[in-house]
Amino acid sequence: MSEKIPVTVLTGYLGAGKTTLLNRILTEPHGKKFAVVVNEFGEVGIDNDLVVGADEEVFEMNNGCICCTVRGDLIRIIEGLMRRKGRFDGIIVETTGLADPAPVAQTFFVDQDVAEKTRLDAVVTVVDAKWLGERLKDAPEARNQIAFADVIILNKIDLVSPDELAAVEAQIRAINPYATLHRTERSAVSLDAVLGRNAFDLDRILDIEPDFLEPGHHHHHSAEIGSVSITVPGDINPEKFMPWINEFTQTHGPDILRCKGILSFMNEPKRFVFQGVHMILDGDLQRDWKPDELRQSKMVFIGRKLDRAMIEKAVEATRA
Amino acid sequence: MSTAPHTSLTAHVMPIDIGEHVLRSGFIGPQPVLALADGQVVFVKEDGLTRIHPHGDAAILVAHIQHDLVLTGGEDGRVIRSQPDGSSSELGHEKGRWIDALTASPTGAMAWSTGKHITARDSKGEIRKREAPSTVQGLAFLPKGYRLAYSHYNGASLWFPNSEATPDSLEWKGSHIDISTSPDGRFVVTSMQENTLHGWRLSDKKDMRMSGYPAKIRSLSWSHDGEWLATSGAEAAVIWPFKDKDGPMGKPPRECGVRPAKITQVAFHPNALVLAIGYEDNCILLCRLTDAAELLVRVPVKGQGSITALSWDKTGKRMVFGTSEGAAGLLTLP
Ligand SMILES: [Zn+2]
Repeated sequence: MSEKIPVTVLTGYLGAGKTTLLNRILTEPHGKKFAVVVNEFGEVGIDNDLVVGADEEVFEMNNGCICCTVRGDLIRIIEGLMRRKGRFDGIIVETTGLADPAPVAQTFFVDQDVAEKTRLDAVVTVVDAKWLGERLKDAPEARNQIAFADVIILNKIDLVSPDELAAVEAQIRAINPYATLHRTERSAVSLDAVLGRNAFDLDRILDIEPDFLEPGHHHHHSAEIGSVSITVPGDINPEKFMPWINEFTQTHGPDILRCKGILSFMNEPKRFVFQGVHMILDGDLQRDWKPDELRQSKMVFIGRKLDRAMIEKAVEATRA
Repeated sequence: MSTAPHTSLTAHVMPIDIGEHVLRSGFIGPQPVLALADGQVVFVKEDGLTRIHPHGDAAILVAHIQHDLVLTGGEDGRVIRSQPDGSSSELGHEKGRWIDALTASPTGAMAWSTGKHITARDSKGEIRKREAPSTVQGLAFLPKGYRLAYSHYNGASLWFPNSEATPDSLEWKGSHIDISTSPDGRFVVTSMQENTLHGWRLSDKKDMRMSGYPAKIRSLSWSHDGEWLATSGAEAAVIWPFKDKDGPMGKPPRECGVRPAKITQVAFHPNALVLAIGYEDNCILLCRLTDAAELLVRVPVKGQGSITALSWDKTGKRMVFGTSEGAAGLLTLP
């Protein structure tokens, strides 16, 4: 398990500071080597021995569902890279500003060969503090990239006023209150904020606490993409919950970008954790509930057109 | 599985110390050749190994070895032919790109691809180029004429490089990976992302679906008489009957070499219905189709990876193999 090569996905709009961040990762004295997969327009100015150009070919899986997609070129690139172990400690996949991060992320869960050798560490999205507001109006992919992120680098904060910064943060939090957010100038962020995040590792889902900038701001008016978080006191009946979550993600998969949960199942001393990308769900029992820990269940869904009332009602019906 | 002496050929295997992931194997006459993922081509000679680095520091991504031809494509975008005397010559250079697929015909035509771009080179060295609808994943020449089959997203295409005509398209939704043509030229078969095989009968483009595999099928081998197609991807070699007019349709496949380990490589003997089977635990068996008799070639050794290359020489007397962890060996039949 631990021998799997970690993969960091770097997304963000052109000019947000993605390449600057990438070069920081590559050149800081951490003693680690990376293989970098860049999109065909991004090869310029990357300071690394092992750079691979990718075509960003998104393939639908043969189940007829629009959200069940993988990056075909990435499967082939990773197969090629992984034959020569020892050349690198991690892989960084940079996507174009127009890319949807989901097919990249799903590749690491759907393709058996890729999943055997690598693990998705985190989706890192770089956004431009000055232009994000504009992007959110005209570019649905900018919204997607924020919704999907585990880590958001809010860059170029030196170009905006404190008020503008607060406004842009509120916009980000309206879409994704769960990602770790770093404010930067020239993408200057400590590398452990970006690498080694284990964001998809069930054992690392420790708590689910939204980070709302200020109370009230999370009901942002323009948010077609948003989040629904639910906390349920007491226990949940797994025999009711599991069929529901499966059915819910199968029917609403295209609209659910990410989900995460820590659940208290009845008669179960351990916490049940799950996480998902569109229709792909991963769940397992984790550590024991501590004696002084409040047994409750928390979950969050980030996506489009999520019906809070419907989800709340459905979850309520699974209580023990 | 028995390892009693009378069913074992393990004493006839000469180990070869390779040390790197073996990508592909083959023979130049009686001489085994191995293409390694780290970029080396190794000629196994009576008096030792000749190791060359035709791609410099770059990795080899694809290789094709047949008769007198050793062709490799690398991360450096180069397509290189290597000779047993240690020399090599560059046949193509796609700057800044990886070579994704590579093949050659028995008459010396070659083809390679990078992304959507295909280059075909006939036996005289004449180059033709073409762009596919999406990235080309597999290439294979048809047995007759100068005609190339290539697999891509949502199907495969058949192209006469010397003709201006639009390639003939074979459609089937999904991502097609490797491609193979039957020795009689009647069928084209691809392996797919969803652990299935897809086939077309070329006379009428009739589809054939061959499914039920737990893993991707990355090794295909036709029997010498063209009547059987052996495949990897399951815990048994799955062998489809292609003798009849409509191929395997409506017929169950044969299975042999059942073990609790997935098969990663299959290679039919060049003139007998005997299949060499390599497993993910680096075990190798020979299996005779007529009576399903099995012979052990290699006992699995922990830590030596999976069988990644397996091939017979022209006479069928010798077989060379290699693993993902750099083990290799040469079987000489008694
Ligand atoms: Zn789907």
